[in-house]
Amino acid sequence: MDKPTQTDRPVLRRERTTPSHFPHLDPMALPGFVHSVERGATVDGPGIRYLIFLAGCAFRCLYCHNPDTWRAYSHQKKSLEEVLEDVGKYLPYLQRGGGVTVSGGEPLGQATFVKAFFEQVKSRWGLHTALDTQGNLGSRVDDAWFDPVDLLLLDIKHMDDDRHRELTAFPNGPTLEFAKRMSGLGKELWIRHVVVPGWTDELGHASRLADFVATLPSVTRVDLLPFHQLGSYKWKELNLEYKLKDTLPPTEEVMQQLRNVFLTRGLKL
Amino acid sequence: MTAWRSFTPGAWNVRVDVRDFIQKNYEPYTGDASFLVGPTPKTLGLWEKLSVLLAEERKKGVLDVSADLPSSILSHGPGYIDQALETIVGLQTDAPLKRAIMPNGGLRMVETGLEAYGFPLEASIHETWTKHRKDHNAGTFDAYNPEILACRKSGVITGLPDAYGRGRIIGDYRRVALYGTDFLVQDKQREKALTNAVEFSEEVIREREELSEQIRALGELKAMAALYGFDVGRPAATAAEAVQWLYFAYLGAIKEQNGAAMSIGRISTFLDVYLAREIQEGTLEEAGAQELIDQLVIKLRIVRFLRTPEYDQLFSGDPTWVTESIGGMGEDGRTLVTRSSFRFLHTLYTLGPAPEPNLTVLWSLDLPRGFKDFCSKASIDTSSIQYESDDLMRSQWGDDYAIACCVSAMRVGKQMQFFGARANLAKVLLYAINGGRDEKTGTVVAPGFEPLGGEVLVYDEVIAKFDKMMDWLAATYVKALNSIHYMHDKYHYERLEMALHDREIYRTMACGIAGLSVAADSLSAIKHARVKPVRDATGLVVDFVIEGEFPMYGNNDDRADGLAVWLVEAFMAKIATHKTYRNSVPTQSVLTITSNVVYGKKTGNTPDGRRAGEPFAPGANPMNGRDQSGFWAAGASVAKLPYEAALDGISWTASATPGAFGQTLADRVANLSTCLDGFCASKGFHMNVNILNRETLMDAMDHPENYPQLTIRVSGYAVNFVKLNREQQLDVINRTFHVKV
Repeated sequence: MDKPTQTDRPVLRRERTTPSHFPHLDPMALPGFVHSVERGATVDGPGIRYLIFLAGCAFRCLYCHNPDTWRAYSHQKKSLEEVLEDVGKYLPYLQRGGGVTVSGGEPLGQATFVKAFFEQVKSRWGLHTALDTQGNLGSRVDDAWFDPVDLLLLDIKHMDDDRHRELTAFPNGPTLEFAKRMSGLGKELWIRHVVVPGWTDELGHASRLADFVATLPSVTRVDLLPFHQLGSYKWKELNLEYKLKDTLPPTEEVMQQLRNVFLTRGLKL
Repeated sequence: MTAWRSFTPGAWNVRVDVRDFIQKNYEPYTGDASFLVGPTPKTLGLWEKLSVLLAEERKKGVLDVSADLPSSILSHGPGYIDQALETIVGLQTDAPLKRAIMPNGGLRMVETGLEAYGFPLEASIHETWTKHRKDHNAGTFDAYNPEILACRKSGVITGLPDAYGRGRIIGDYRRVALYGTDFLVQDKQREKALTNAVEFSEEVIREREELSEQIRALGELKAMAALYGFDVGRPAATAAEAVQWLYFAYLGAIKEQNGAAMSIGRISTFLDVYLAREIQEGTLEEAGAQELIDQLVIKLRIVRFLRTPEYDQLFSGDPTWVTESIGGMGEDGRTLVTRSSFRFLHTLYTLGPAPEPNLTVLWSLDLPRGFKDFCSKASIDTSSIQYESDDLMRSQWGDDYAIACCVSAMRVGKQMQFFGARANLAKVLLYAINGGRDEKTGTVVAPGFEPLGGEVLVYDEVIAKFDKMMDWLAATYVKALNSIHYMHDKYHYERLEMALHDREIYRTMACGIAGLSVAADSLSAIKHARVKPVRDATGLVVDFVIEGEFPMYGNNDDRADGLAVWLVEAFMAKIATHKTYRNSVPTQSVLTITSNVVYGKKTGNTPDGRRAGEPFAPGANPMNGRDQSGFWAAGASVAKLPYEAALDGISWTASATPGAFGQTLADRVANLSTCLDGFCASKGFHMNVNILNRETLMDAMDHPENYPQLTIRVSGYAVNFVKLNREQQLDVINRTFHVKV
């Protein structure tokens, strides 16, 4: 349970990504490993949101701008109540078309904590909830787990399995399966995709991604995110090899061409 | 054509009651901004002419001064910018941007101002105000005691209005438009007759003299308007007349008073009644309506007073606080937003951004969406608007109050304040530690106190000393204010502004505090870390060594925020124990305007780690860079300061980058509206919103010529960024810019 189920070994050292499920424990007593919070996020779901970055992710995306969230245990251990108490301080802002978003790291690595958090947020305040995930661990949780989730921000890294493995150290099958399953459940989905020159900036790939997304009826929005170098210092600080250190952000022209690929399929950006 | 045709009658017909007139006749507007139109060629032509003069003024500091003629309502003949292009007329002197002198406030200020800008003063004026007439400044200093003088000198009290007009009084200029001066004179005569038969006590005599002055001022106002060819003796009969009459009333006031803040009140919805009537009658179109507002606003943008360099140090950028309060909700639940609320804000587009008039939106959760989003958009585009919680103020002051200066609410025509500048709480704390000796000079400012001993500051001991020192300061402070306002009434009475008030006036004594965040963080350091005082050879504590961490105000952490709340409540309680001039009700503000820089300069090292000379945070802001938990957390901390203990207002200036509010303009607009709602719902009082990139400001420092209209909000007002001195520009740039909200 603690380890990712993939048979392929990741390129980089993998570690325990999750405090895991302890179904016999009271979820309220379960700690979460929180990397940081952002009070007032404006791009991770509708309106203005309280954004929690949980720590721990198995993916080793070459372009990750938060590699400092990869390790779970090196971060603050917070009780559910502590996290909720801080959210509760900002209700006047959150109750006006915004809500809470749990991101990471990979939040499904701490599925029990996240579920309890969403349930509490719903029962106490009825806030809108969003989960920002790469979907790889989706098969670990059952459909009911998603009941308190209003919106999924699903990050699809690459449509081609080989390139996906090169990019993240994991196959893309579980993510694509997860997308279909969520759409089948009628869960609202925003697809997010980072445009990285040399990796995901060619039209053929964009077409394949757009074709796939077009088969998912519950997708309401696609976010094409241009790669940026704002996280590069973190790789340095962590003494990690940053393979994309010379990669430039995509040009606006390329971004526009890629957007058109999605727009022509009737997808909303 | 009768002036009041088609208006719904009411109590306002038989007595002065502008609110009743508004309530019975205004049309709330709940739509969006799509009805607005651009400026007319006349407006554009006029603004272009002025832009040339404004550029010249920026270069010279002061364009011209009418140095030979003390200003009064009737001192100067009519002045024009370009009569053919002016829909609304009237200037303070005979030429635009030519400043007047007002020696009744203080001859010294006049002389210093003239000297600074290279203008000679007429010998006869000097003689008159030194030999034959006394001014407010001279009177005040006759009353001051040595302790007040020492406090002024050390800067523990700064910005006292003892050298010029006190300002912060808002005449109900709407009355002249609605009633005409003839009716108002009759009404004042009626009021005066009420005491014909009573015992002539000092109070009665004073009132009779004041009413006589008021009646005289109204007569002069009528004569002044006649010079321009208008008869304001009768009520305004058209929209153009209503705007013109109202502006004349305001003009009369600023020809006699150079108060730091000369607010215009709450006029947009009042004027909307006239504009709407004429649009209804088919004699006015939207372009004409916008033209009237644009032309009025042009006049308000060129209000000028002669200041001194010392004044500019405190209140930088040549501000006049022509504050116009816009929006809000009525007590009956209808919004007070009208199309003219939009038209006033729209001047930021028709004429471009500008610091004056000081556009103040009275924000309520219940404001119509279309108006909220138009305000947010204008803030994002121009950073020229401030927001104050109508929900808090309405419950205190009803629905016809306006903001004087930055954050001071008062019921229009029914209430005034005695402006009291502010006391430096951070310095008071140092005085407590040093037994009343000034930490910079070593001289005794507060006599009769013992310094704190010991190697480590003990919180309870510090609080005990601090409490006593606040007692002393409050006593000295109120003495100073009582002296100032007694003398101002005596030598520089606001006869026209007060003629546009009721007989019974609610007066407040508006004290203030500066250095709140420094004092709160210092107490937090003493309480939660170990603070060791460093003494010089004379035993004076001149620095502090801090061991350990401590929570800081501005991060929504009650351990620090609670100390700020305590400071506000404690100082207010001390002020309230003193007898105030004319039985005014003591209040206080947490506001510094740009004086936070000067206050910082005059304050030594503080126990929070702030270095001597470093600027304070403005108003109620957390110290720059210490609000590490984001925009909301900083706002939540500020919102904890209780309005009841600071009824003169609590100022928060928040700066964020455009990206912090989202990626698209639509997102940014919606998210800023949400932030304002959230702050308002959290009982936050005031929010200056700057939405700018730091890079823009840095470029403007290097290339001011490219940014003639770049406007930013500082504590309580807006300035042309390029008009700030370098020190203050750096202070603004060093403030926290939230990249996330």
